[in-house]
Amino acid sequence: MSSMTKKRVLPSGARFMSGDIACAEGAIAAGCRFFAGYPITPATEIAEHLSARMPEFGGIYIQMEDEIASLVAVIGASYAGLKAMTATSGPGFSLMQENIGLAAMTEAPCVIVDIMRGGPSTGQPTLPGQQDVMQAKWGSHGDYSIIALSPSSVQEMFNLTIEAFNMAETYRVPALVMGDEIVAHMWEKVVIPPASEIRIVNRKKPHDSRDKYEPFMPDDDLVPPMACFGEGYRFHATGLTHDEYGYPRTQSSEVQSKLVRRLCEKVSRNEDKIIRVEKVMLEDADVAVVAYGIVARAALSAVRKAREAGIKAGLLRLITLWPFPEKHVAAVTNQVKTIVVPEMNCGQMVREVERAAKETPVAFLSKLGEDPHTPNEILKVIKGNI
Amino acid sequence: MVQEMVHPFSKYLRSAMIPHIWCSGCGNGVVLNSFVHALDELQMDLDKLVVVSGIGCIGRSAGYTNADSFHTTHGRAIPFATGVKLANPELEVVVISGDGDLFAIGGNHFIHAARRNIGIKVICANNFNYGMTGGQQGPTTPLESLTTTTPYGNIEHPFNLVHLAAASGATYVARWTTLHVRRLTQSIKRMLQKEGFCFIEVVTPCPEIFGRHNKMRTGLEMMEWFKRSSVVENFSDPSKAEITPERIVVGEFVNVQKVSYEKFFHEKLAQINEKAVEW
Amino acid sequence: MPERIKHQPLDSKKIKQPDAEIHIIKDQCKGCGFCIEFCPKKVLEESQEINARGVHPPKIVDESKCIICSFCTAVCPDFAIFVTEKPSKEE
Repeated sequence: MSSMTKKRVLPSGARFMSGDIACAEGAIAAGCRFFAGYPITPATEIAEHLSARMPEFGGIYIQMEDEIASLVAVIGASYAGLKAMTATSGPGFSLMQENIGLAAMTEAPCVIVDIMRGGPSTGQPTLPGQQDVMQAKWGSHGDYSIIALSPSSVQEMFNLTIEAFNMAETYRVPALVMGDEIVAHMWEKVVIPPASEIRIVNRKKPHDSRDKYEPFMPDDDLVPPMACFGEGYRFHATGLTHDEYGYPRTQSSEVQSKLVRRLCEKVSRNEDKIIRVEKVMLEDADVAVVAYGIVARAALSAVRKAREAGIKAGLLRLITLWPFPEKHVAAVTNQVKTIVVPEMNCGQMVREVERAAKETPVAFLSKLGEDPHTPNEILKVIKGNI
Repeated sequence: MVQEMVHPFSKYLRSAMIPHIWCSGCGNGVVLNSFVHALDELQMDLDKLVVVSGIGCIGRSAGYTNADSFHTTHGRAIPFATGVKLANPELEVVVISGDGDLFAIGGNHFIHAARRNIGIKVICANNFNYGMTGGQQGPTTPLESLTTTTPYGNIEHPFNLVHLAAASGATYVARWTTLHVRRLTQSIKRMLQKEGFCFIEVVTPCPEIFGRHNKMRTGLEMMEWFKRSSVVENFSDPSKAEITPERIVVGEFVNVQKVSYEKFFHEKLAQINEKAVEW
Repeated sequence: MPERIKHQPLDSKKIKQPDAEIHIIKDQCKGCGFCIEFCPKKVLEESQEINARGVHPPKIVDESKCIICSFCTAVCPDFAIFVTEKPSKEE
């Protein structure tokens, strides 16, 4: 396929683009060669951009009949050996939940971008929100794990999409990019690194011969190497509880326990390699703001203003939402006198912060609608709690 | 009789999973048998075959076939197969699933896959109910039939699957029963050598549940119904291809040539890249 | 020579009579009866023995009557019966 196309990766350097486009370009840079999606505001531009760009790389773009089909086609393409992605918003994300479970159960590497908007239900399609962040972790039935990243800028829409692919390939999980309508639609400068400087990870391939391969036998890192269709391994995968051969074992408690715990532990045990946060001015802070996504931009401004006013404020920006950076939050809460959590929802990640914070008081600042919190709104809460 | 040899089709089956879970007289085993018969006659490269199934008794067939296989969530075999076929068009992707999985929850995916003519091959084992969950009504349950959710008789009209497939744009449409094993194998062979979206409906006995509720207690009685009532009407109007206690119209209904989605996509790719300029 | 044929067919030396070998994998049979019912030569019938599944597998009535149509092989849902041809001794 590659012989018939001319590769046109974006030349390195500074460019000006929107978050959706940066996400699409990040996917291509990461090696994504399959996109299946369905139009939905505010993620539609990702699909539109990829409908033009994917074929330039010999990749596949298809618009499926709904979001359910989109994600399932992505899982199919992943099993056939391609890096695959879909992009949606809240309503589509809800539709995809069952098959996020399928991707988790069959350990199919895939990337799902959720550009969050006002919810619930149809909500406010053109306005931002952060209302899907708990759903990212718990949305599908059953126990499983995913990795979720939260971009705060257009640059991060590019970088974290690549990161999401690397995570998906390393841990064989669905990796989610939880953007929001503002980060997706705003235009900012993005610096594209030279291709040689972009770190790409590919899934582990089997080390056994074809007749000895057990598709769900994990290595020490709890992740099984992955053969793909057409390589002669003739393996089976199912959403039913299965043994290391992939065969259904629906009557065994032992198999269920072993499999489900491994699906959870493969992320939790590797947390330290997965979790990323950004710490700003926290070394001597008395008050810490814990924020993510577009809200973290306002929070940073608020923290700087607080410092100008003589308050020792700092920012802990969550780049990884799940697995939750519990240790980082706990370390910060041990140090400061109070925590402020601004979110564009009625209280989601704040619950995790409260859990990690234990005795340290947490002030929650909710905002719903068109704009994220202004820096002054956050500053007021910082001042009020100091 | 001499000492037992190994069944000639053993190499097409995953020996660790045989004998299968299907009931005595269930037609699913016949569907699987006809399928591997076709693979054998074509000497198909099993390394290039992918079998995808949905949820249901027939859904277990992916686990029994000795090829790359995947058992999806309910109704989603077709979009999964679409993703596989597009990612690697060299693979032969076959969906084997049931009437409920393909036409109730999966109905939307079926009509769109047929419409876009993606080159996947679909075999539907139609046993007129949801067997795996105990015999509930499905989209092909005949009028007035008794099922566990239609204790007073089914008041919904069933789909005519071959009509639906033809109307949605499939390039090959056939219906056989599990009695017509030879013709079914020939149809499967024809389908595997054809471009585009192909569909075969196999009218299948479910004696333990559907049959038992509807006065056909054994697989043999259901096969007798097929024998008594089947008429072969090749290339007749699929909209008139009924299934009633008196008449089961079988045959090949559609066999046309139409460019498949993946072939069209690659033609476009070639055109795009001819005109391409480097950034 | 079957009784109903009054004279030797002209090609009886050229056409080989099928020399069938019927294999029944007894414990894999689930007793559906398809092979017995649909054999065109009625070569099989239900045996009295009970297999590992608790059903009566088929037994061969007269293997010489089998014409190797292989319908039983094709229609068996359980891959429990198949027919091969005995290797010929002399042409």
